[in-house]
Order: sequence, then C-alpha cells, then structure tokens
Amino acid sequence: MSDTITLHVTRYRPEAETEPTFQEYQAPCRKDWVVLDALNYIKDKVDGTLTFRWSCRMGICGSCGMTVNGEPKLTCATFLTDYAPGPVRVEPLRNFPVVRDLVIEMSDFMRKLVQVKPWVVRAEEKPLSEGEYLQTPEELDEYKQFSMCINCMLCYSACPVYGLDPHFIGPAAIALAQRYNLDSRDQGASERMDLLSDHTGIWGCTFVGECTKACPKSVDPASAIQRYKLKAALGWFKSFLMPRGSP
Amino acid sequence: MSQLPIYTEYHPRWYRQRTSTYWWLRRPSYLAFILREISSLFVAWFVVFTLLQIHALKQGAESYQRFQDWSKNPVVLIVNVIALFFVIFHSITWFKLAPQAMVVRLHGKRVPAAWIAGPNYAAWALASALVGWIVLRG
Amino acid sequence: MITSSHDVVLVGGGGAGLRAAIAIAETDPRLSIAVVSKVYPMRSHTVSAEGGAAAVVRPDDSLDEHAYDTISGGDWLCDQDAVEAFVKEAPEEMLRLEHWGCPWSRETDGRIAVRPFGGMKKMRTWFAADKTGFHMLHTLFQTSLKYTRVLRYDECFVTKLLVEDGRVHGVVAIELMSGQVRAITAKAVILCTGGCGRVFPFTTNANIKNGDGMALAYRAGAPLKDMEFVQYHPTGLPFTGILITEAARAEGGWLLNKDGYRYLQDYNLGTPQPRPVLRSMELGPRDRLSQAFVKELEKGRTLSGPYGPVVHLDIRHLGEKVIKTKLPFVRELCLKYQNIDPITEMIPVRPVVHYMMGGVHTDIHGATPLAGLYAAGEAACVSINGANRLGSNSLPELLVFGARAGRAAADFAANQPETPASILAQAADEQRRLEREFLHKTDGRERIAVIREEMQHIMEFSAGIYRSGAVLTEAAGKLRQLQERFCAVALDDHSRTFNTELTAALELSFMLDVAQTIVQSALRREESRGAHQRTDFPGRDDQRYLAHSLAFRNADGSCRLEYLPVTITRWPPGERVYGK
Repeated sequence: MSDTITLHVTRYRPEAETEPTFQEYQAPCRKDWVVLDALNYIKDKVDGTLTFRWSCRMGICGSCGMTVNGEPKLTCATFLTDYAPGPVRVEPLRNFPVVRDLVIEMSDFMRKLVQVKPWVVRAEEKPLSEGEYLQTPEELDEYKQFSMCINCMLCYSACPVYGLDPHFIGPAAIALAQRYNLDSRDQGASERMDLLSDHTGIWGCTFVGECTKACPKSVDPASAIQRYKLKAALGWFKSFLMPRGSP
Repeated sequence: MSQLPIYTEYHPRWYRQRTSTYWWLRRPSYLAFILREISSLFVAWFVVFTLLQIHALKQGAESYQRFQDWSKNPVVLIVNVIALFFVIFHSITWFKLAPQAMVVRLHGKRVPAAWIAGPNYAAWALASALVGWIVLRG
Repeated sequence: MITSSHDVVLVGGGGAGLRAAIAIAETDPRLSIAVVSKVYPMRSHTVSAEGGAAAVVRPDDSLDEHAYDTISGGDWLCDQDAVEAFVKEAPEEMLRLEHWGCPWSRETDGRIAVRPFGGMKKMRTWFAADKTGFHMLHTLFQTSLKYTRVLRYDECFVTKLLVEDGRVHGVVAIELMSGQVRAITAKAVILCTGGCGRVFPFTTNANIKNGDGMALAYRAGAPLKDMEFVQYHPTGLPFTGILITEAARAEGGWLLNKDGYRYLQDYNLGTPQPRPVLRSMELGPRDRLSQAFVKELEKGRTLSGPYGPVVHLDIRHLGEKVIKTKLPFVRELCLKYQNIDPITEMIPVRPVVHYMMGGVHTDIHGATPLAGLYAAGEAACVSINGANRLGSNSLPELLVFGARAGRAAADFAANQPETPASILAQAADEQRRLEREFLHKTDGRERIAVIREEMQHIMEFSAGIYRSGAVLTEAAGKLRQLQERFCAVALDDHSRTFNTELTAALELSFMLDVAQTIVQSALRREESRGAHQRTDFPGRDDQRYLAHSLAFRNADGSCRLEYLPVTITRWPPGERVYGK
C-alpha cells in the first residue's frame, strides 16, 4: 500500500472566483489517519489557505461534516485507508450555500432549530424544592434516541427534498421536535403541531430514508418523521370524528 | 451569469449549487426511491384492472370472455407483467420501511424490526395462497 | 468597523456562557445580552464531557462530605468559602437543568441515578449515559433559545478586551463570515472561553481550547491564578488524545502494566478488590494515577506503542451487557478511532492533558480585579479545584459559577453609565493592528504550525507531570524565543472571508502568553502539591505555599508573580489519603 494518498479538494475564493474549483494535494496515508488529519496536514504544511471547520476530532461536536466521494460524512470519523489508493474527493456539504472552500452557511438550519420550540413546555412548572420530575428508564428510552443529534447536518445534505425545496424544515429539526414531544416532562406537543403539520413540515417528507443512512449518531430521523405522520394523521381523524373532545 | 468575480468587501458571495433535474440518477439509493414512488402508479393500474374485471364479470359470461381475450393481448400482458414486478417491489419496500414508522414496545424494549415486517410477509403469503387456491381450483 | 452595544457581553457560548446568559436574562429582563462565540455554541468543548456531574442528592450524603472530598482532592489549595458555596448550590443547579429537560439517567423508580466517581467517597455523580456534557450543553443551548433578550454573535472571534481607566468596556471581534471587525461595547464582560489544553501536544481538548479568555484577561491587566496546575487525565487514547472516561474505571475497569499487573497498588492507593472501591486503586484521584504512569515508565514497565509509551485499560471482565448499556460511547470511540473492541481487547491509554485548574482570578461571585470583567467555568479560577480537580466537579462548576457570574454582572451592569465614545478609538487601533500584523503582511519567515508544535513539545517536556527548576528555566527562555519568532510569521491566507489561518495565528499568540504564565508559575512554586510535582522539591510546603500564585503581565511583556493566601474556613490542611 502506498503511503501517500491524493485528495481533490473543493476550493472557492469568493473574492476571486464565481465558482468553485478543485485542487489536488498529496497527504500521508497512515492507518490511523482520518480525512480531517489529511486536511490539517495540508493546511499546516502545504497550503495555509485551505479552510474548513473542525473542533473535537471525536464525532461529538458536529463541526466537520463534508462530502467525501459523494457521501456526506464526518471527516473526523472517515479513515483514509478506506479510500486507498485514492484519489479522495472532498467537497463541502451539499444543499447548503458555500461560503469558502469547505465551509458552508448554516443559518437556515439554525433558524429551523428555533422554530420547533426545542425546550420543555409546561403549563405549570414544578418548584425546585419538590425535586425532579420522575421519569422511569422506559420513559427516558422513548425519546433518548432523538436526543442524540449533534447538529452535524449530514441528514440535510443527504435529503433530496431539502435539496429541491429549502423551505422543508428538515430531518434534524423534526427529530428534535419529536425528542421533546415524546419527553414525558414536556406538554408542548400541540404547540409544535401547527408548524410540523405544514406542507414544509412532516408532509414535505417522502420517506426517502437517506437521512437515517447518513446520520452518524443513529438518531433515525426518518423514523421520527414517519411516526409523527401517523400521530398527526390519527389526530386529524380524531378531531374530525370527535370535534369536542379528545386529548 | 457575469464573468467577473462578484465580491463586495465584507459581503462574500455564497455559492449556491443548483440541484440538477436528474438528481435522482446520482445515487443508487435515490434511483431506488424514485422507482418505489413510480410503483404506486402500477398499483393503481392493478386496482383499475381488477375493477374492470369485476365490471366485466357483472355484465355476464360473454362480456367476461371479451375481457379475457383483451387481457391476452400482448401489450396488456406485458404491462401486467411489468406491473407485477413493481407491485412486488412496492410491497417489499413497504414492509422493509414499516418498522421505522411503527415503533412497538414490549416490556419497555423496542421490538426488533423483523417482528413487524415478519407478520406482514406472513399475511401476504397467506392471502396470496388463499387467492391462488380459489383461482386455480376452478 | 461596525459598532454594537449591549449591557453584558459573554465571550464563549459553552456551558458556563449559556448558563450565565440565562441567569442574566432571568435576573433582569431589561438587560440586553450578547453571547459572542468563535464557534456555534453547540460546538463548544462542554459537548465532549462524558462522565458525570456531582451534586449531593442521597440521604446518606452531606454537603460537608462533598466539600471535604473536593478540598482534600485539591490538596488544600481550594478556597473553602467558594467550595462551601459550590457544594450548596450544585444540587439546585443540576435540578434546574433537569427541569429544563436534561435527560439524566434514572433509577427504576424514576429518581435521578448517581454513580461512583474518582475521589468521591459517596456516590453523588449524576450522569446522562456517558455523554453528560453533550446533554447538558444541548439542554442549555436549546433552553437559551427561549430568551429573546439573548442575542448571539456566532463565529465571531474576540481579539481584544476594550479597557479604559481600569474598567472593561467591551470587546473587539472579527466576524468570521465576512472578515468585518466589530466593536461590541458593554457595561460588563464575562469570559467563559474554557481552558488551554492545546498548549500541550497530547490533550483531550478540542482545537478551540487555546486559552483565549485567559490571554485576553492577562493582556488587559487581570492576573491568572494557579496556572501551574495542569490536570492530566490518566486514560486518553494515544495519538488523538481522545478521552476514555473515568466512568470506565468507576464501573470496574483495571489499569494494567506490560506484565498484566494492577500497578496502582504499588503507589499507596489501596489494594486490588474485585469491585471498585471509592477513592481507592483505579478510583483514586487523577493526578496520583498520572504520576503512577510516569513512575512505571521510568521503571520500564509500560508498553511501547506506535505513538509512545502506553498502559492497558482492561474492561473485558465487565461483560458485554454492562459495556453496551453503561459505556456505549467508550466502545464507540475505541472502535471508530483506534479499531479496538473493548469487549474483547484491552485499550492502550496514556495520561493526556485534560483540564486547567488555573485561570483568570475571580472571587466567589465570578468578579476579577478588573472592574466590569467577570469569568466563569474552566477559564476562571475561583478556586474550587485547588491543585487537582476531582472528576465530575467541573460540569456543576459551569452551572454554579456561570449563574453567579451572570447575576453579579447583571447587578453591575444595571448601575453603570454609558460607555465612553473614546473607547472606539481603541477598537479602530485593533483593526489596524490586525491588518498590519497579519492580513496585509506578506514577508514572513515562520509558519504557524512549526511554532505551535515547538511550543507543545517544550511544554510537554518541561511542564508535564514532573517538573524541575532547571528545565523550567530553560523552557521560559525557549518560549520567549518562540514569541519573538512569532513576530516573523506571515499568513498564506489574506482573504477576509472565513480566514481560519488568521484565527490560528491569533490563537497561537494567546497560547504563547498562557504557556509563559504556566512555566513561570511552575518555576516559582518550589513545592509539590496536587498536579504540580517538582522533582527538586518533592514535599508539600504549607508554610510558604498554602497560597495561590497570581501571574501579572508587566508592561514589557514579561511575567511577574505574586501570592494570595488560600481561604481556609473549617478544614485545616491534612494529608491526602487514598486506598483506606
């Protein structure tokens, strides 16, 4: 096995170009190295202008999402040896505007996070002196999976609906809404219903399922969305049949 | 698009990639998704075909014979064969996805996907066997 | 240059910063609050904390015991009034977080579960599987979205504090997206920028932990306290430095040398028992475990791995079920980054830099000696951690002192006159400096990465687990040379848009300042206490050094040290005893 690998990396300099180009680099291909290590090597030793986001290097901060050989990946968790002998194509995350090189603009995602009201909504707060809200391990299990989202946006990058319609609220936002809806301490499901039942909410989703495949934390946002569709549909039927009544 | 760089100081121009009309050819999983969606057209075709069959039956033996002759037409036959494949494809993908949409818990633990898909397949096999027996018996 | 004005500015949007922002919003809803962070808040390093957060909650436990464990764990360098306030407020803060939705792990009856943790004599560590920091940060971030008075400046890199007449009046920050320099004026500034682990080569810390706030305060005239106390975490993966949480030992993991022997029993940490015993063996304090590693290395009993010496952490005997339920993230990390399955193999580990006990000097309300400047979290030193921090104390520290600093800053800001307009001239000067020294400079001889790696090498060699006067003196000289060489750095990247080479250069300059304070403080403290071990002064000297070191910056850039006595209330200094 050769001990260097070729990378084709997207470069985009808004001050000088109208469109991105590719630049070729060589980097050492060590057994323990991930794509991010190669990018850092290039930035430190070869070309200081190469720009990308990263922080924790352990798949928990969600900063380093990029498109590697056409797939959305966390570059801190993608081994170079999986692509040897290369070349490896590293591009910014798809479906987002590109600011510079591998850096994308994520304010749309940040806005959508706020819209789903990702906090505990209660009619009445329990005073601290009365202790914690009791929540059994089974109740915790109900929403635990959806609370694992690191906001890396790989799911948005994989979702063709979001690629075609940027108004679609997207997998991570809906999964986050579900995380709170299913939390036994929260009472805000009806508050989130209006936004989610919109055509840009859950009904925009056509269950392609790519979001779940791309998710590095096994959050399974597709499941969150389909389950919510069932719930929303049942809720609609109920309100139809029992207009004066039901929870 | 202008050939000049479009950059005003402190206002970088973000590059927005256009999604191609052929986005669904880019990845095998996207293609599979589109085929899955198209399969619903063939399911609709089978419904229409069955309704026509029942209608013909209601009209009497002669009408039904005409219907059967029409069904033997090579074009209709080919369409029905293709439709059969798509309907099977539709069912298999539906059963595969069902466990993601329906989370069932037993004793607090999530039931494995096979337990939800399994009964669906079993019911399908049973219904097909029953229908097959009725049709082939006579 | 764009100017904006707020009542309180928080530098850093991690656990402490977000908690402080919420505290200010709840104390005084009229105040305008700005959170200025160089990354999006959910990327802050709080997110990577794994093990847990300690607060007294069991009926058989008491605040005094938590306080005693903390104080003795800190080798009596903790300010006891601060510790008393901390242990008292911790349970309430953690409960408040639970009310905000934090998914703490539970007992079968629904109450919050606690687990044993190193250095704590009773079980009081709350946890959220093994991603406690992640859940705490996301809960705080999502809850902070409710408060419309909190305005966030995401991906804005603070380069300087604006100070006039002995008072802080705001910050200068680069908006990374556009490269625009912004002057954000405020009546109070709270530094919540975290520690500076990246000064060392092997660290659990993320790329963003460069001691930004510490250097900002230092340059503005506030002292840095107890900088010589650098905590090594005994179990980090070699090469990446990724943390293997203490919880793996709390659940019953063993540390073995190359002979498969549980070597900790040779170092006054108790005797091996089949089940983990609190404060004994593998659940002893972190500094003692890291020191044991170095001693084993000297004896030649460590294994030689591809990235240097390691020992083995063995959790195979815990069984697949325990590992999958209680330590799923540990398993995931080993598989994804080192290609090892801890169910069937032993994990190679070595001590890695993890936490800075030292930081910006504050009182128990988070106020620094510089009027209008506050600090909280790892960036601050109150001090509750003293010479060595106990595991699971830093997460509640974020909440308790984040809230305290927030409230204190809110009270201060409510009674201040408007910011003088003259301060904007300073901001304009800073913009010109950035352009002159970095953006427009093209003739340079040095590369950032080269200087950074040399600094890290010097620090690991001279200011690591064991130190000595001669080596430290040499290190101080070498660091001064590096600072001079830094002046000859030129960037490849002269773009305005998202220039991360510029931020790397600024971070390196912060780190060089902070590294100098670490080395100078270590040089002047001629004793061994907690995480600071001197081979030439191996004993603890309470006569001369039951005091905090305060590092001040002189006008010529050199570092001068003063000492501040430790506040002792109810626990006179004793022997740190483990394993009994």
